[in-house]
Amino acid sequence: MIDRLRREGAFLPVLTVVASLIVIWYAGAVYLNSTQLIDRYQKQDINWDLGRLATDAWRMERPVLPSPHQVAIELKKTVLDKRVTSKRSLLYHAGITLSSSLLGFVLGTLLGVALAIGIVYVTTLDRSLMPWIIASQTVPILALAPMIIVVLGSVGITGLFPKSVISMYLCFFPVVVGMVKGLRSPEPILIDQMNTYSASPTQVFFRLRLPSSIPFLFASLKVAIALSVVGAIVAELPTGGQGGLGARLLTGSYYGQITMIWAALIVASVVSALLVTAIGRAERIALRRLNGGQAVTA
Amino acid sequence: MNQPAQSDSSVVHISDLSLEFSTDDGPVQALAGIDLDIAPGEFVSLIGPSGCGKTTLLRVIADLETHSSGEILVNGISPSEARQNRAYGYVFQAPALYPWRTVRRNVMLPLEIMGIARAEREARSARYLELVNLTGFENKYPWQLSGGMQQRVSIARALSVEPELLLMDEPFGALDEITRDHLNQQLLELWRKTEKTVVFVTHSIPEAVFLSTRVIVMSPRPGQVMDVIPCNFSKDRTLDIRETPEFLEIAHRVREGLKAGHSYDDD
Repeated sequence: MIDRLRREGAFLPVLTVVASLIVIWYAGAVYLNSTQLIDRYQKQDINWDLGRLATDAWRMERPVLPSPHQVAIELKKTVLDKRVTSKRSLLYHAGITLSSSLLGFVLGTLLGVALAIGIVYVTTLDRSLMPWIIASQTVPILALAPMIIVVLGSVGITGLFPKSVISMYLCFFPVVVGMVKGLRSPEPILIDQMNTYSASPTQVFFRLRLPSSIPFLFASLKVAIALSVVGAIVAELPTGGQGGLGARLLTGSYYGQITMIWAALIVASVVSALLVTAIGRAERIALRRLNGGQAVTA
Repeated sequence: MNQPAQSDSSVVHISDLSLEFSTDDGPVQALAGIDLDIAPGEFVSLIGPSGCGKTTLLRVIADLETHSSGEILVNGISPSEARQNRAYGYVFQAPALYPWRTVRRNVMLPLEIMGIARAEREARSARYLELVNLTGFENKYPWQLSGGMQQRVSIARALSVEPELLLMDEPFGALDEITRDHLNQQLLELWRKTEKTVVFVTHSIPEAVFLSTRVIVMSPRPGQVMDVIPCNFSKDRTLDIRETPEFLEIAHRVREGLKAGHSYDDD
């Protein structure tokens, strides 16, 4: 990754952006925590200047916005210092979130591909299904998630699966949209050619339509995998303390542990980033094969 | 009516064929009153300006379009049955190769679809790639080949089906003049060796006259046959005959036919 950045001459710009974000973060921590601190200074008749305000703002126990190093310390405590099996380890919780998002991602992709095939091959489905699919995404997932958990829980389905259902609900949409476009992407000349061979629909599907849809599929998968993590975290909120990064976010906000929330957020985004990168890798390999070994820019 | 007797021996028999497309601006008469009989072993070119229906006529023969009225038989049966029997090979304007398949596997594609055994597929792909002078390129991918080579792969692919009839829709239209000359020469040799019946769509007069035993001149709106010009040069002709008076005379007649089609349009 760093090698690639260096090769593409993006190393310095990326570093500059990261550095300025950290500076803005520190400044923001001073600004957002100042009301609370100045209040306290006035009550206790303490003389203060900007230097004192800044140092105090960066080491508050319950800040509105914790400073980067506080979050880093929290991350070290909960990621490096704890055993992975410990309930206090963020890696343990990340593992829970990861497994339900991956299951949801797989289920969502399968559902999306199946729906896309239906839409492309059955005219009735083409007309009737798409409006419902779009409508499904206008329902706020935050409102829907508790109901799915409760309903599935009442029929005895608990644990990983209900959470995956919510990831699946978010995932299938980009996959349907991408795959419908992908399965329809072969040029008319190639379809005509298949007709001259008097090929069966199955042969056209596996030899032409499916391979042609691969670039579209991967574009969708990149969106879907990120959504699946969001879905898993949202699904963990109503389940409360059962575990997962979502549960950590909820616990953090219950106990006013803002630093804990930030640490969980950072781990969640690292998980997403790793997943998106993995899909990107797979995409590059797949597209290369699809183009007969010619390097392609995705 | 002796027509049925005649159509028995014809590879393609067309009588009073018309085709109407319905468009947003109302119906368009794409083909009107076409009569054409193509005997086995003939090389027939369809030539005319864009929109004259030459490609449409070829597509009707291939059962990629359906005619509105009239009669058409391919090998004595309907185009649809002929297509299902894989009676013809079709070469499109573009090579239409699959980028994820090697040259060999591109040629084997129709054979896979026909369910032909692997050994036979290998044998045929080798045979027809040799015929179009592409031995040694079997394991290359399409992007590694020039445009002319890609079109030769697509010809080998059409031949691999081993059809008696070859339908070619401006196969060299997108290529430069030098490559086109070269491929014309190769196609002529191929036709001589394989003795296939060829229906060839083009808008190049020299190409049509050089390759064909008969040139069908078509005119647009509605697409119809203006002139049928026989041009029987010796089978082992070379590109040099294009300088001969006989060749120029036939080319002139084709041009006159095309002009007549245009003035008809201006009236």
